[in-house]
Amino acid sequence: MIRIGHKGLNVQADDSEQTLLEQLRSGSESAAEQIVREHISWMRGLALRIVSDGDTADDVVQDAFINAFRHIDKFKGNASLKTWLHRIVVNTALMRLRKTKRLKEQSIDDLQTEYAPQGHRLNPPTSLSATPGEILEQADLRASVLMAISQLPEAYRIVLQLRDIEELSTSEVASALQISEANVKVRLHRGRTALKTLLEPVFKDGL
Amino acid sequence: MRRMPGMITCQELDAFICDYLDGSLPPRQLKIFERHLKLCEACRAYLHGYRLTIALEKRLLATPEAPPPADVPEDLIKAILAARLVNL
Repeated sequence: MIRIGHKGLNVQADDSEQTLLEQLRSGSESAAEQIVREHISWMRGLALRIVSDGDTADDVVQDAFINAFRHIDKFKGNASLKTWLHRIVVNTALMRLRKTKRLKEQSIDDLQTEYAPQGHRLNPPTSLSATPGEILEQADLRASVLMAISQLPEAYRIVLQLRDIEELSTSEVASALQISEANVKVRLHRGRTALKTLLEPVFKDGL
Repeated sequence: MRRMPGMITCQELDAFICDYLDGSLPPRQLKIFERHLKLCEACRAYLHGYRLTIALEKRLLATPEAPPPADVPEDLIKAILAARLVNL
């Protein structure tokens, strides 16, 4: 099924792209160059948004391309090349950020909502009126949000990436990750909840 | 909030929150979900934070609308292509 998702990210590779990929797999240098020139600009913009430093962003883009070329045989064409590269550059940038800031992956269990035996919330959140725009206007809060995302375990972060950013359906994510749809839903909720918990201080500062 | 007849708990509400945001809750469950929300301030605040979390994620990690202002340095393109050959 071809599904046009958020900003055209979620589309299958078309015939011309498939041809280009076949050339790349055969070792064509011109195919590699064409891919680099076509995608490098938005990849730099995305990497820069995450790591906030031009030189580091360029390192991220280079690592992302090398990683993509090295694993090109794993790219099956059931997403567009742009979608695949997007996933790689986000992951590479977040891992670079985590390393630079010396952050550790957080335990997903420690970040879940706590309930009383009767099922009500043990630590009810306070009402907030902050909007995404208000939070992201502040550079320090913006950085805090990115650091929080980078601390999520990979198994959860990838589900957030596929569902929330690439806007794949639950069944498409299940197929991509070879897990059940029920598992996708569980990981999605636990991942979002964990991220929300990590962001609580940001929400309060953004008031 | 505590369970009342025909009501769900906060914990049960959380189990349906992804389907609620996807718009895939069946009408009867939707009605129960929204009834709980109407009466439970803690869950309204929770849902707001949950939506805010998703919105922040989307804004920060989606593809930028516009390319970065500076031209891509030719040196960077050459370095990537040279590194590819080394890693073949």
